[in-house]
Amino acid sequence: MTIPGLLPELEVIRKDFPILERTVAGGQPLVYLDSANTSQKPQCVIDSMVDHLERHNANISRAMHALGAEATEAFEGARDRVAAFVKAPSRDEVVFTKNASEALNLVANTLAWAKGPLAVGEGDEIVITEMEHHSNIVPWQLLAERTGATLRWFGLTDDGRLDLSGVDDLITERTKVVSLTWVSNMLGTINPVADIAARAREVGALVVVDASQAAPQLPVDVVASGADFVAFTGHKVVGPTGIGVLWGRREVLEALPPFLGGGEMIATVSMERSTWAGIPHKFEAGTPPIVEAVGLGAAVDYLDAVGMEAIHAHEQAITGYALEGLLSVPGLTVLGPQDAASRGGAVAFELAGVHPHDVAQVLDTRGIAVRAGHHCAKPAHARFGVQSSTRMSSYLYTTPAEIDALVEGLHYTRSYFKVG
Amino acid sequence: MSAELDALYQEIILDHYKNPHHAGLREPYEAEVHHVNPTCGDEVTLRVHLDGDRVVDVSYDALGCSISQASASVMTDLVIGRRVEEALAVHEEFLALMQGKGTVEPDEDVLEDGIAFAGVAKFPARVKCALLGWMAWKDATSQVLRNDNPQETA
Repeated sequence: MTIPGLLPELEVIRKDFPILERTVAGGQPLVYLDSANTSQKPQCVIDSMVDHLERHNANISRAMHALGAEATEAFEGARDRVAAFVKAPSRDEVVFTKNASEALNLVANTLAWAKGPLAVGEGDEIVITEMEHHSNIVPWQLLAERTGATLRWFGLTDDGRLDLSGVDDLITERTKVVSLTWVSNMLGTINPVADIAARAREVGALVVVDASQAAPQLPVDVVASGADFVAFTGHKVVGPTGIGVLWGRREVLEALPPFLGGGEMIATVSMERSTWAGIPHKFEAGTPPIVEAVGLGAAVDYLDAVGMEAIHAHEQAITGYALEGLLSVPGLTVLGPQDAASRGGAVAFELAGVHPHDVAQVLDTRGIAVRAGHHCAKPAHARFGVQSSTRMSSYLYTTPAEIDALVEGLHYTRSYFKVG
Repeated sequence: MSAELDALYQEIILDHYKNPHHAGLREPYEAEVHHVNPTCGDEVTLRVHLDGDRVVDVSYDALGCSISQASASVMTDLVIGRRVEEALAVHEEFLALMQGKGTVEPDEDVLEDGIAFAGVAKFPARVKCALLGWMAWKDATSQVLRNDNPQETA
């Protein structure tokens, strides 16, 4: 089966991912449709990490020996690669964190502590959206609580897009921060971040973009996005867990106070006071995730080698094929936009008469891995009157045959639970 | 594949799922609790009505998967009409079965329809589903007992 837009060397790409060779559930091939949760890792990422641990392991930026220099070079080299991946104007604007949640918390916390023009206080407003992952809701609720600012949000239209009708009433002179997801992890919606950022700029608000689902599947240009901050996580871009990225505009990063205190983030320390290192190190207290950075560097190199435009086209082709297949299942309702062009590769759905846990359980016995639950987006589920959903999510290694297996599995699920 | 599923989804479970016993919220009650499974979003609101040391009624409103719904239904069958102490002993027995990773042989005399959940113990991700209603019942019951005997917690 070929569909226009699929990666031409899909079988070659699949061979790069050793886990796709394995079988599950009594010898059945793995059908991994949970990449929005975490992506699988190509051999080159695994090898880069093993090689680093086997040959170059040392702490960075302080060890005065050969291994220390190699480890430092590997870690900082990863920063260069990530900067290139997101087209950052400067490598110093790339801060390594533990994950996307920590990146978002870094911004929300340092804003709570900021003085001067960046300070957030009573009468100020923070704007988010109803389709955010919990990690782009809770840090802003905490910021509002800590500063007395008011949290507001974009509602959603019935077809799962941001309701932009009241944008000028929502983003006003009182708005200090606008934080939104680029691609929804539940509805799949791709949001017009540059348009919203432009409006936020008019009122002088900072723009934070959660690119956790965007960075894996869209070409990212942080400057073109119009954002002041872009956050994403390593493990969804075929890299390892334990490392995330915060890109921030230099002037803003420099104006913010530190996040965590400790080694690495200082210029000098006396018993009375300390001064801070320049960016990005000001935000990287303690020994960082070194081998994880090495793996992430290899991961974004891999994605760049395949080509983000090509990966995006593949995701759209697979998503279109999946939407068609899913909607052929009686009693199945897709949440979010129904056209592949305006959405990402995560498709959440309901199957009438069968709870998502039970759907996932039946699929698991057929070797098909999906996610069931609220996908850390309870407000978005509540908006659509849904308690939980089943979500399939594809990636650059997903084949049409895997979508066929899912659709067949869903028909079987209906017959197993005797619905319809 | 189907055999594995059948071990989990016993007919008894599917029957309770489709026709849950004692469902709905009723009066009177001495304690009401709301429990959620934060990872998946399953939730239950559950009320307990005790008369002295006897469980007179357990009523509930639950949202969730077949396992969590059926387990709440079976639980009400097992605890309603019993003395609190006996019902807690049944709860302990069910807990032991669920936490036994499939190695505990269920006692049908004690657990009745609850033995159908023996297969669930082999699916670690689903054990919390089976325990949601039970944990809510235990919580509500201990709240009633605390309120009845405030000197014990003072």
